[in-house]
Amino acid sequence: MEELINVVDWSRAQFALTAIYHWLFVPLTLGLGIIVAVMETIYLKTKSEKWLATTKFWMTIFGVNFAIGVATGIILEFEFGTNWSNYSWFVGDIFGAPLAVEGILAFFMESTFIAVMFFGWRKVSPKFHLAATWLTAIGASLSALWILVANAWMQYPTGCEFNPATMRNEMTSFAAVALSPMAMSKFFHTVLSAWALGGVFVCGVCGWMMLKKRNLDHCWRSLKVGAWVGVIGIVLTMITGDTSAVTVAKYQPMKLAAMEGLYKGNHDQSIVAFGILNPSKQAFDNQDPYLFDISIPYGLSFLATHDFHAFVPGIEDIINGVSYDAEGNPVNTVPYAERIERGKQLQEMMAQYSAAMNGGNNLVQDSLKNAINADFKHFGYAYLDSPEEAIPNVPLTFYTFHFMVTVGGYLLLFLLLALLFVYKPNILNKAKWAKWWHILAIITIPLTYLCSASGWIVAEVGRQPWTIQDLMPNKVAISDLSAGYVQTTFWIFAVVFTALLIADIGIICKQISKKSQTDLDTVND
Amino acid sequence: MSDRNDNQQGFWSRVFHLYYDGFRSMTVGKTLWLIIGIKLFIFFVIIKMIFFPNFLNTKCDTEQEKTEYVRHQLVDR
Repeated sequence: MEELINVVDWSRAQFALTAIYHWLFVPLTLGLGIIVAVMETIYLKTKSEKWLATTKFWMTIFGVNFAIGVATGIILEFEFGTNWSNYSWFVGDIFGAPLAVEGILAFFMESTFIAVMFFGWRKVSPKFHLAATWLTAIGASLSALWILVANAWMQYPTGCEFNPATMRNEMTSFAAVALSPMAMSKFFHTVLSAWALGGVFVCGVCGWMMLKKRNLDHCWRSLKVGAWVGVIGIVLTMITGDTSAVTVAKYQPMKLAAMEGLYKGNHDQSIVAFGILNPSKQAFDNQDPYLFDISIPYGLSFLATHDFHAFVPGIEDIINGVSYDAEGNPVNTVPYAERIERGKQLQEMMAQYSAAMNGGNNLVQDSLKNAINADFKHFGYAYLDSPEEAIPNVPLTFYTFHFMVTVGGYLLLFLLLALLFVYKPNILNKAKWAKWWHILAIITIPLTYLCSASGWIVAEVGRQPWTIQDLMPNKVAISDLSAGYVQTTFWIFAVVFTALLIADIGIICKQISKKSQTDLDTVND
Repeated sequence: MSDRNDNQQGFWSRVFHLYYDGFRSMTVGKTLWLIIGIKLFIFFVIIKMIFFPNFLNTKCDTEQEKTEYVRHQLVDR
């Protein structure tokens, strides 16, 4: 058992490492793609060589990041087949279909249009080139859509039916999988946050160039687009964050409770604006979950349901199966102890199904298949030793969620100020503190990456112990590997991805430094 | 090859020259392609082939055997 936990922990650490490294490249591609497309659109409308030069500058940075980041996500698919083989078999074509669409889109759309984008300046018409730039940006977002659809299915498995004959989930509705509320909120929240990150990146790079007093006109042009895309991105990220919260409250209430460190829920539930968790707090021990907190009255009820007075269940309520409707009437949810029992019954039914299949008894098979699918949402609970095992890591979920929200609020202010300076440049030009603003803009780049990674930590740690929500915990999804084997590959990935990141940052910094010393008001091929 | 000549060529020839001329005139792109090549070699040849075989393929030969293996993992655990 200890070896199993070790393998699960190392495999999770490996997946987290590769996913986080992959995600360092992706949002900049998504965000800068849009920014470059907007810049080229302005160039085509104004026919200004200055805008062309600015477009080409950012296109180079986009290209470096795209090239270094390309295929880093493929490692995650290697891990599914090796480390998570039970999971890979169990999800079958549901996970494979979106990833296949993603592969086709990524290959045909991005690889075709990105070539036109970089090689086609004098080979195709300006309008066709612009279309290629937009299609590259849109293609990158569509690639992200299918990955996020696959991830959303793990958070909210829908559009499928379990086949006990093959031990696989089979897709019954592609639309239900692709357009699930979880997939939609995840897609828009994630992609729009990448716009904000792209905007911040442009502001930060311009901050550095302004600090060095290089190509100031180019900086102001870049800031205009970067700040606008960033502001639109962060505002829409906040709006879609609200949608995400409602979706999580509905489909993953345990995650929402962990995000808030909420053990006992209430009507009119407040939300913690700032808090320090009690590190010794355990479920059902009656200790105060917070050492210190500043809360906003009614906040969590409104965030979760858009109703200031709604009941929001805490961790203990969810485990006990306690909830209430808007009128205060008890709502029938299944306690976790019962879910564990029902999961174990499903396990027994599967064994019976196997025996009936070997004996050729079709009637029994059909009857068992129907019974299994009717109760299948409890299946994963069969593997839990106690209801408390279904509680995610509360401190990590709580602190990363609050960090993400706090930094998100800061980014809105930062980007609005950047926009103000674009239209009132004299405020910044005449200010004695301008240097500090430029430094702040540079520091905001890594801060935004941390914010983005925190969002993923909330999404993934908050749904533990599940690989697939309610259906398969990590300890069942894992392959029968040795911990040492997984440790070895973990460190290989750590070295390879760190080298790639150093190359990415190194080449981008070198390009920015080199190009910023040339005249960026004229086109230099 | 001039732009004028490009316009007189057929579609596939123009596509070929788009890539050919593009690759030839790359500056920073050459470094990037080198990195991409090394990266893909490490990913697909070293990491995938040596460290990341398909686990079920190493245990089972047929789809039926894979089903039974996973059934054992999920039912008998």
